[in-house]
Amino acid sequence: MKQHKSKVVSYNKWGYIFLAPFAITYIIFSLIPLITTVYNSFFENYRSGLTQIGPNFVGLGNFATLLSNGDLAMYFSNTMIMWVMGFIPQILLSLLLGAWFSDPQLRLKCAGFFKSVIYLPNLIMASAFAMLFFTLFSDTGPINSILISLGIGQFKFMTHVWSVRALVAFMNLLMWFGNTTILLMAGMLGIDTALFEAAQVDGATSTQVFFKITLPLLRPILIYVMITSLVGGLQMFDVPQILTNGSGDPMRSSMTLIMYLNKHLFSKNYGLAGALSVLLFFITGILSLIVFKVTNTKVE
Amino acid sequence: MKEKKEKGLSIGTRRVIAYITLIVITFFCLFWFYVLFINATRSHAELAKGFTPFPSNKLVKNWVGVIHGTLPLVNGLINSAVVATLSGLLGIYFSTMTAYALHAYDFKGRKAIFTYILMIMMIPSQVTALGFYQLVLNMKLENSFIPLIIPSIAAPVTFYYMKQYMESNLPLSLVEAARIDGSGEFNTYNKVVLPLMKPALAVQMIFAFVGSWNNYFIPALILHEDKKKTLPILIAQLRSADFLKFDMGQVYVMIAFSILPVIVVYIFLSRFIVGGVAAGGVKG
Repeated sequence: MKQHKSKVVSYNKWGYIFLAPFAITYIIFSLIPLITTVYNSFFENYRSGLTQIGPNFVGLGNFATLLSNGDLAMYFSNTMIMWVMGFIPQILLSLLLGAWFSDPQLRLKCAGFFKSVIYLPNLIMASAFAMLFFTLFSDTGPINSILISLGIGQFKFMTHVWSVRALVAFMNLLMWFGNTTILLMAGMLGIDTALFEAAQVDGATSTQVFFKITLPLLRPILIYVMITSLVGGLQMFDVPQILTNGSGDPMRSSMTLIMYLNKHLFSKNYGLAGALSVLLFFITGILSLIVFKVTNTKVE
Repeated sequence: MKEKKEKGLSIGTRRVIAYITLIVITFFCLFWFYVLFINATRSHAELAKGFTPFPSNKLVKNWVGVIHGTLPLVNGLINSAVVATLSGLLGIYFSTMTAYALHAYDFKGRKAIFTYILMIMMIPSQVTALGFYQLVLNMKLENSFIPLIIPSIAAPVTFYYMKQYMESNLPLSLVEAARIDGSGEFNTYNKVVLPLMKPALAVQMIFAFVGSWNNYFIPALILHEDKKKTLPILIAQLRSADFLKFDMGQVYVMIAFSILPVIVVYIFLSRFIVGGVAAGGVKG
């Protein structure tokens, strides 16, 4: 490859060249689908029995249909409830474990083993994991067999609102806390050890060090973790879908937004699927902005 | 909160608390898989009698039953491996290249592009699934792996991670030095930048691989032929079949089969993964 003589200009054009594969792929497979999804949301387009209705332009009709029945609000709150139930214990546990693993005083033995173990569930296929939990917690499954032998008696996990939600949240927690711990720990290890030594010389306890030094310096990574987890939470699909076989039962209390979208996609109701996608797009956008505002980050 | 209680506690006490907590957590991480592998060795009749913590000897019998069953599991494993490997490799190579473009070159619109990618990072792929599905139909790529592999070239999360990593681990003076030595820009990226990014590349390869391996939503929309289905779709089919009519020993073997390859690979790579993240990491 020959080099040009006029340095600054010729180098910087490489920025565009290196950017091109990403940009082209993004435009074809994400931007164009986004635009056609929005376009679809303005048309009535579904099957009623064997007859195809539409596509007919209905303006905001699909949005009116979606918002006028209570399903959307219910599925949104289901999704957020299950996310919060998983995320709060996850972030607390991850901060605690991250602090322990990165504490030079504590010198935990087998730290490598424990880190490997807590990351393991993240690699497990979510659908297989949900299928496993469904089998383990089924009415005649091993968990109930253990409960009965302990004298507690059978508990029908799949028929109670909060036990299904708790199972979903618990699976999300198990699958993601190891990942979060490793990210936070990497951030904690990146902090200049001189700061810790100085604090120690000044007689700070490990609690003070954690809240006054570690946490503030971790903020960029905490923001990253929270945003990615929130987006992941809104995308919640595999676990409740497999666990409840797509029904979101009992009484659709574990039906998430994406499960709702999936229903419309499979029944080929493209109008409502489009409108729901557009709403999800805005919900994601607004929630991301709130996270940015609350944590008062400066995106460079 | 827990930290508050420990205020002033001796190192020894804190260590004991840490170990007990870690052992409890380890139990909660591994228990499910232990039960899975134990139950995979038991027959339907034995499983019906209730749970015991000891394995039986019906593993091979269950396995043979699965192989002769209706779900093409071996095929699914190969399909999943192909899709996840290729999309992982394409994703880390090109998204790192994108991060490098924004890190090393000062071109017009650089800041705007960075902000734009940060914004799209938060948009779930499911939001564009409808348009994506219609695009795939128009391109006649239904039942093809291409729509599952090629789009991972644009992986905003990988991009962001790499950009952060470069900021603390890739001094531009190295790039300058390579230029002085007469290295072309493309060559510099492949021979100088990529080797320096190895820990981050490994970590992101694993995340990308896992993401694709786990992916159920999009493949389920696109792959309908039995021969083309990936493992998550087959697992979902298992769930939607009349579950109680199944031989439970075989059900456990099928679940074990779809997660065992990953566990085996992980046993060898785990230190490297965790070490790679800890060594390179996102620096605060």
